Amino acid sequence: MYQYTEFDRDFVHRRAAQFRDQIERWQSGKLSEDDFRPLRLQNGWYVQRHAPMLRVAVPYGELSSAQLRVLARVAREYDEPEAQVYRLASDAQRKLGTVRLPTHYAHFTTRTNVQFNWIPLSKAADVMDLLASVDMHGIQTSGNCIRNISCDERAGVAPDEIADPRPFAEIMRQWTTLHPEFAFLPRKFKIAITGATEDRAATDWHDVGLHLLRNGAGELGFRISVGGGMGRTPVIGTVMREFLPWQHIMNYVEAVVRVYNRYGRRDNKYKARIKILVKAEGQRYIHEVEEEFVQIVNHDGGPHTIPQTELDRVSASFVPPKLTGRLSHLNPDALEMLKERAAQHPLFERWLQRNVALHKDPSMRIVTLSFKRLLQAPGDASADQLDLVAGLSDRFSAGEARVTHTQNLVLPWVHVDDLFMLWEAARDAGLASANVHLLTDMIACPGGDFCALANARSIPIAEAITALYQDLDELNDLGEIDLHISGCINSCGHHHSGHIGILGVDKDGKEWYQVTLGGSDGSATSGAAQPGKVIGPSFSASEVPEVVDAVILTYLSIRQSTGIRQERFIETVRRVGLDPFKAAANDVRE
Amino acid sequence: MTDNAHFRVLTALEHSLDPDQQVVSLGNDEDPLTLNSRVERVERIELYFPHFTDGRAYSQAYLLRRRLGFKGDLRATGDVLIDQLVQMERTGFSSAVLKEGVDPADAHRQFERFPAFYQSDLVSETSVLRCNTPKKRWS
Repeated sequence: MYQYTEFDRDFVHRRAAQFRDQIERWQSGKLSEDDFRPLRLQNGWYVQRHAPMLRVAVPYGELSSAQLRVLARVAREYDEPEAQVYRLASDAQRKLGTVRLPTHYAHFTTRTNVQFNWIPLSKAADVMDLLASVDMHGIQTSGNCIRNISCDERAGVAPDEIADPRPFAEIMRQWTTLHPEFAFLPRKFKIAITGATEDRAATDWHDVGLHLLRNGAGELGFRISVGGGMGRTPVIGTVMREFLPWQHIMNYVEAVVRVYNRYGRRDNKYKARIKILVKAEGQRYIHEVEEEFVQIVNHDGGPHTIPQTELDRVSASFVPPKLTGRLSHLNPDALEMLKERAAQHPLFERWLQRNVALHKDPSMRIVTLSFKRLLQAPGDASADQLDLVAGLSDRFSAGEARVTHTQNLVLPWVHVDDLFMLWEAARDAGLASANVHLLTDMIACPGGDFCALANARSIPIAEAITALYQDLDELNDLGEIDLHISGCINSCGHHHSGHIGILGVDKDGKEWYQVTLGGSDGSATSGAAQPGKVIGPSFSASEVPEVVDAVILTYLSIRQSTGIRQERFIETVRRVGLDPFKAAANDVRE
Repeated sequence: MTDNAHFRVLTALEHSLDPDQQVVSLGNDEDPLTLNSRVERVERIELYFPHFTDGRAYSQAYLLRRRLGFKGDLRATGDVLIDQLVQMERTGFSSAVLKEGVDPADAHRQFERFPAFYQSDLVSETSVLRCNTPKKRWS
C-alpha cells in the first residue's frame, strides 16, 4: 500500500483544521448556508433526507487494517443521530413500509468510498480529526471537482495485469488534490484507471477512463476515453487517444479538464457533465483538447510530465508484502489438501469457485468477502463487521483490504494454505456468501431510505429479490447476472450498466420502478459498455421481484447450450432481444 | 488591506480608489487569448466571478499568466469567497476584492493554512509531486 509521507499526513490534518474553521464561521453566522454548502461538500459532507451524510475517500479502494478499525470506531461512536432526528426519520420511513433503519453502519459505494448516514454536523470536525489520524479524509468526495480516483480491485495482484495502475492512481491523487484551477468545474468529474485486460472498474462509464496498455514497440501508455457517464443521459466514453505515453498522462488530463472547465455548460445542471460537451461538440472538442495538450507540452513546458524517477519513487510504495510465517511458494500438496477440504465442505467448495480468484503469485489467492446477504443492505458493514474484517486482513492479507466497485471487500494477499481458516472465520461473520457475480451480488444505492434525491427506495427491493434467490444451486445455475438498482436517475446504483437494471421513479408521489435489460459495465462477460433498454412502463414495488423472476424464468426457458456451458443471461438477451422478456414481465402486471 | 507577499486583498472601497487606467475587464465566458496583442500594454485585468462556484476565471487566469505571459495585476472581482483566495493566488491572480462585511483577519488566516501543495502552480517553485521542474513564478 501507499505509505503516507510526513507531508501527506500534515496536509490531511491541515485540511481538517481548515474545515473546522469553516464550520465555526458557519455556526457563528459569518458564513452563510449557501456559501458553506459547497465547502462542506468538498469535504464529503452532504445533508440528506433525515441527517447529514459523510463520504470518506478511499483512494483507489485501498484500506489498511488500521483504517478499517477507525472506520469501525466512527460507525460505533459517531454514526448515531439525536433521538428526535431518529424518531422523525423512523416515522417517515415506516409510512413507506421500511422496517429497518440501521444506525452505526458504514456503507461501501460503487466508487469505492465509504459513507456514514447519521453523524450530526456538530461532530463533523471531530470525526475529520479522527479520520486524519489514519490518513483518511473526505477531500473532494463530493462537489463539482475531480473526485476520488477509482481503480481495479485486483490492481497489483491480478494475473491478467499489464501494469500496476496504483502508482499512477496515487500520482494522480496527489495531482488532483486541491488542484487550484479545477475545484469549481461545471459538474463532478470522475476518473477510473485499470491496468488489466479485464475492465473491473467500469472505466468507459467515467468522465475519464484510463487503460494501461503496451504498444507494438512494448512501451507503456494509456488508452484514454472521455465523456462517459450515467445520470439521465447515459453515455459511453469516446476514445480520445488509443495510446498516449504514460509520462504525459497528467498533461493530457489537464487539457481535457481545462477545455471542459472553460466550455462545459453551467446553465443546466443536467447538461453540465463533460459527456454533454463531448457529445455536442464531437470532433471539435477532441481538436480543442489536442491543441491545448500541445500548448501544455510545448509552450508551458509540460509541467506535469512524470519522470521515471518519480514513477519509481511512488511505485516503491506498492511492492508486494511478505506474509509472515507463510511459505513463499506453493506447497506441492497444498492444492490436493484444498480439494480434500472442498470435498468435505460443499459450502467451502462453492466459496472457492465464486469468491476466490487466481493471483499473480501462485502461492496466493484474491478473496472477495461478500457484503450481499439477507437482513443487511448491499455494501453495508456494521461496526463489529469492520473490526472483524480488520482482524481478518491482519491475519490473512498483510493488513490490507480493497473496496470493490460492486460494494464488496477484497483481501488481496491470501496464502493458499490460509483459505480454509479464512473461510471459516468469514462464514461465522456472515461475510462468506458464495455469490460473487451472481444475481444476489447486486449493486444498490442507499435510495429513498436515506438519500434526499431518491424517488424510491432501493434497499427493500434488493432485500425482496435477495430473499427470492437463497438457493445456492439455483443461483449458480442462473450463472453470472449483474443486477443494479438506483433509487433515482442520478444512477448511483449504476442501473444503466446492469444486465438487469432497476430504476426508482416517482409517479404521483408513489414509488415505481423502471426495468431495463442488456446493460453492461464493460467487463469481458458483459461485453462492451452500454446502457440497458427499458422493457415497458414502470412497475409497482411489489411487482418488481415478480418481474425479475419472470425475466429469469424466460431466460431459463430459452437459453441455449454452447456445448461446454450454458449461454449466459446477458448473451441470451443479446441474441433474442427484449420481446420475450417484455411479454413475461407484462404478464406480471396487476 | 491585507497583504500577503504576492497577493493584495482589497475592500470594495480600496478597489474603487485604485487607478483605473489601462484596465481590462473580462467576462468569464470570454476567451482570454484574444488579449494577446494588448497584454503588454494592460496594467490590470479584472476577472469576474458571477458566483463563487463558477470556476471559469481560474482557467482564464492560468492562460493569461502562463500562455500570454501577462505581468500586470490580475484581479478577482464579484463573488469572492475568502476560502478561495489561496486558490486564486495559485492560478495567477495577484489581487481580489472582498465582499462587504467580510473580516480581513479571516481572509488573512487563509494564507497560513498550507505551507505547500502537491501540484506545481503559478506561485510556488517547488511542489511535492516531483514532476517536471515548474517554471518560475510569473513576476
